[in-house]
Amino acid sequence: MQIRRTGAVFAMAAMAAGLAACGGGDSYANTLEKVKGAKEITVGTKWDQPSIGLKKGTADPEGFDVDVAKYVVKELAGGQDVKITWKEAPSSNREALLQNGTVDIIFATYSITEARKPKVTFGGPYIIAHQDTMVRADATGISKATDLKDKRICQAQGSNSYKRITDPPPDGKLGLPAKLVGASNYSECVQKLSGGNLDAVTTDNLILAGFSAQEPGKYKLLNDPFTDEKYGVGLKKGDKATCEAVNTAIAKMWQDGTAKQLLEKWYGKTGMEFPTSAPPAEGCA
Amino acid sequence: MDELIQYGPELFSGFLKNLLLSVLIGFFSLVVGTILAAMRVSPTPVLRAAGATYVNVLRNTPLTLVLAFCYLGLSDTLGLIFSTEVPLTNSFWLAVLGMSAYTSAFVCEALRSGVNTVPMGQAEAARAIGLTFFQSVRLIIFPQAFRAVIAPLGSVLIAMIKNTTVVAAAGYTVDVAAVMRETFDTTGVSIPIFIGIVLAFLVVVLPIGWYTGWLSRRLAVAR
Repeated sequence: MQIRRTGAVFAMAAMAAGLAACGGGDSYANTLEKVKGAKEITVGTKWDQPSIGLKKGTADPEGFDVDVAKYVVKELAGGQDVKITWKEAPSSNREALLQNGTVDIIFATYSITEARKPKVTFGGPYIIAHQDTMVRADATGISKATDLKDKRICQAQGSNSYKRITDPPPDGKLGLPAKLVGASNYSECVQKLSGGNLDAVTTDNLILAGFSAQEPGKYKLLNDPFTDEKYGVGLKKGDKATCEAVNTAIAKMWQDGTAKQLLEKWYGKTGMEFPTSAPPAEGCA
Repeated sequence: MDELIQYGPELFSGFLKNLLLSVLIGFFSLVVGTILAAMRVSPTPVLRAAGATYVNVLRNTPLTLVLAFCYLGLSDTLGLIFSTEVPLTNSFWLAVLGMSAYTSAFVCEALRSGVNTVPMGQAEAARAIGLTFFQSVRLIIFPQAFRAVIAPLGSVLIAMIKNTTVVAAAGYTVDVAAVMRETFDTTGVSIPIFIGIVLAFLVVVLPIGWYTGWLSRRLAVAR
C-alpha cells in the first residue's frame, strides 16, 4: 500500500511538471507573436531525409526544408534574427507535436491532405512535390511510371506511396500489378535498389532526389510525375494569423529568387525538374 | 474512435497475418527447440557444445537484428529466396525462419529446465532396463519435462506472439504494426488505434496464459 501511494505521488508530481512545462510556452497568443516577442521558435523538421532535413551528429539539421524554415521564420520576425530550436518531427508524430505545443511550426515533407486539414492549419504550400520513380542509373526497361508493371518496387514501412502504383483510384492511382518488396525505411529501399534486390523506388521526387544527391550518378529519376504533393507548413489548428504571415513569406521567397536558389543548392546536380514559380496558396483555414 | 473504425478492416487483416506467423513460428520453434534441448542434455560433447553455442548466440542477439540478418544478409546477399514471384511471401518465410530460430533458443532453455526437474533415478532406471539415449529421452525424460514447463513455455509463446510485430525488419511490411504505422502517416498518432491493437492481442494472449496455467496444474507430475 505504501509503495502504491508513493507511486501516485510521483505520478502527480510528473503530471504537475508536465503541465508547468506546457504553460511556459503559452504566454503568447500564437506563433507569430512568439517569434516577434520572444525572438525564439521551435521548428520541427525531418532528421533523416537527405537534402530535405538531415541531422548529422550534434549539428543543426540541414536541407531544403530547413533552409525554407530559416527564411520563413526570419520573415515572420520582420527580418530580425530568431533563435531556432530544432526538433525532430517524424511523419506519424507531426499532428501530436503541433497539438501539444512541443513545436511551433513544422516544415517536414508535410503534404496538405483533406484527412489532415481538420487537425492542422496549413500555410503554403511552399513547393509542390510529385511522386516519381527512381531506378539504377544503368537500368533499362523502366522509363516511365507505367513500366513498373510486374517490377519489384519498394514498400517502406509507414509510407503509403506504393499504393499509388498498386491500387486503382481513389486510394491509389495507376493500379499496376507491381511486386512489393518490404523495407524498414527509404534508406533501406535505396540500399536494396543499389544491390539489385529491387527495380525501382517510388515516392515524392524531393525525397528521391535527396538520396540521388548523396551518391551522384548512381541513380536516375524518371521525371515522370503522377501525383501532386503540396508540401505545407504545419501550424497549430486555428492559428490563422501566423498562417497568413507564412503565406506572405512564401510568396516573397519565390519572388526574390530564394526558392529557386535553394532548389539549385540542394537538387541542382540530381537531374530533377523543379518548378520555377510559386505554387498557388491554399488559403488559411 | 472513428479512425479505429475506418481503418479497422485493414488493421484486422494485418493482425491475422500476425496470427498466421505465430502459428507457424510456434510449431517450428517447438520442434527445433525440442531437438536443441535433446542436444544439450545428450551424452555427446560435440552435440552439447553445438546446442549451447546456438542457444547462447540466438538468445543474446536482438530479434530485429536476427530478422534484418535473414533479410539483408541471408536473402539479399547470400541468395536464400523462398519466392521469386512474390517478394512479400519471401519476407514472410524469412520472418518465420528468423523468429523460429530465435524462439527455439528460448523453448530449448525452458525445456532444459524441465529436464532438470526429472529426478536422476528416472534416467538411471531407463538405462537400467536397456533403453537407448533417444528412447529414454523420448519415452521417459521429455514427457515429464514438458509437463513441468507448460507454464514457462506458455510465456515463451506469448512473448513470441507479441514479437511478431517486428517482422517488418524482415521486409514483411503488412503485419498489424506496419499497417498501424502506415495509418499513422495519414491520421497522425491515434490512441484508439493503439488501444484497439492492444485489445486484439489481449484477446489472443490472455487465454493462452490461462490455458497453459490450467494445463500445467492439471498435468503436473505428482511426486
